[in-house]
Amino acid sequence: MEGAKANTGGLSGWLEERLGLSAIREFLAHKTVPVHSGTMWYYFGGITLFLFVIQVLTGILLLLYYRPTTTEAYESVQFIVTRVQFGWLVRSIHSWSANLMIFTAMVHMFSVVFLRSYRRPREVTWLSGIALLCLALGFGFSGYLLPWNTISYFATKVGTDMAASLPGIGPALARFLRGGEDVGGATLTRFFGFHVAVLPGLTTVLLLVHLILVQKQGISSPPWVERKFQAQGGKAPQMPFFPNFFLREMMAWYAALAVLGSLAAIFPWELGEKADPFASAPAGIRPEWYFLAPFYTLKLIPSHVAFLEGELLGLLGFGLLAVFWILLPFWATNRQGMERTRLVTGAGVALLAYLATFSLLGYYK
Amino acid sequence: MITERRNLIRTLLGGGFVASLAAFLYPVIRFMNPPSVSEASVNEVPGGKIQDLKPNSGKIVKFGNRPVLLVRVSETEWRAFSAVCTHLNCTVQYQEQRRQIWCACHNGFYDLNGNVVSGPPPKALDEYVARVRGDEVVISRRA
Ligand code: HEM
Ligand code: FES
Repeated sequence: MEGAKANTGGLSGWLEERLGLSAIREFLAHKTVPVHSGTMWYYFGGITLFLFVIQVLTGILLLLYYRPTTTEAYESVQFIVTRVQFGWLVRSIHSWSANLMIFTAMVHMFSVVFLRSYRRPREVTWLSGIALLCLALGFGFSGYLLPWNTISYFATKVGTDMAASLPGIGPALARFLRGGEDVGGATLTRFFGFHVAVLPGLTTVLLLVHLILVQKQGISSPPWVERKFQAQGGKAPQMPFFPNFFLREMMAWYAALAVLGSLAAIFPWELGEKADPFASAPAGIRPEWYFLAPFYTLKLIPSHVAFLEGELLGLLGFGLLAVFWILLPFWATNRQGMERTRLVTGAGVALLAYLATFSLLGYYK
Repeated sequence: MITERRNLIRTLLGGGFVASLAAFLYPVIRFMNPPSVSEASVNEVPGGKIQDLKPNSGKIVKFGNRPVLLVRVSETEWRAFSAVCTHLNCTVQYQEQRRQIWCACHNGFYDLNGNVVSGPPPKALDEYVARVRGDEVVISRRA
């Protein structure tokens, strides 16, 4: 093709004049992706996006039958998985994809840390990514309650009560989340609203911000790759985004779809028993895997440490850890502009080790 | 003169914008804050027939809209506690082997006076009064 202006006749010329698509084509033609030993990690952001799209599509399908009240929620999900054709599969995909999506988002985040992609000028991209991960956790927490089964009921009681123990705003925040003093029908209605309207809206906006920033700034190479090729007086090798990277990404999506489809079909998501606000919490209760590490930590902290209540201490600890992690790009370089490489790697490895060991302990103990 | 007028207009526009925003946000925020629903005030509930609960066992009884744990400690001794764990709000249960009250959520244990034995709960369970009246147990709030 010889540029945009040459092509003025026929349908494509007509469309070009009205839509200006050649700008996109031009942009795609110049977009490249660095090639090095860590290139595979660049696929995980895209896989997370793909799983989110699956969530939106299967979520909309579930909406056709789901009813958000304490008397009908459990029964409507039961109806979906027993009577609606392929209902069990749609629900199973929605639940499995939710978990896989949070997993791939975390892989994506850690790859950003270890490939040092958070460096200037990508701090805002990092922040928008963290916000997206929080929204994904919010989706998981709010969606978990929707089937109104015993486990989700107690998970929500514990989760919202953690909010209540925050100093100052705690009680008001817990009331806001529960829609009242305790977890009940009002909470279900509220969580449903968060899950299918508030969070999807916020996520769409943030996702756009995140993707636009990535497009604007291009994909970064790790510093060691840049240094190596600078020393040789050249530039680090790149592959064209389109079609080379794009087709590979499509293959990654296919692989994700295969994993998701197999998991959903072979291990259909369980429904459990209907929640009963006047029953004791059953033995072996625990939250979804991505909340296991804090859950197990809370189990270990004694009721009082010095003058603080244990749960408050735990919350303060998690809060500090979160702030430290969110601000990573800002402490990753010192005042002289030198990178604190070892500190970042150490923090990343330490966080991974904490999450992995405490999740396993929380699962098996 | 012109810049003064411009500043005035800018202030009016900006102030108007902020004021409209506040006028939208204030009701939205108030709307999201759930109104308090008055709880049906219950002072006493029946806890069931005596023979329905064996000695050394417990069950959950509805007390208004809260759960209460009724424990039959022995042939003649009955106790009742708020079943809401003081840690993070789970509903506790009676554990026969240990003769203690157990919360499954984070493995908290309370003794038969409601005091914390082990685990994360920070405070004792609130105690209720359990009395035998005829062949029935009655649970009431402590005075
Ligand atoms: C616009 C997007 C979405 C819509 C309309 C939607 C809708 C729904 C509906 C109606 C349910 C209740 C039916 C059921 O429990 O099976 C549900 C459950 C759930 N959703 Fe979503 N959802 C969306 C996105 C997401 C996302 C992005 C996540 C996770 C990151 C997620 C996680 C969950 C979870 C964990 C459940 C509980 C599944 C279960 O145990 O049944 N959802 N969703
Ligand atoms: S909620 Fe009872 S021990 Fe945590």
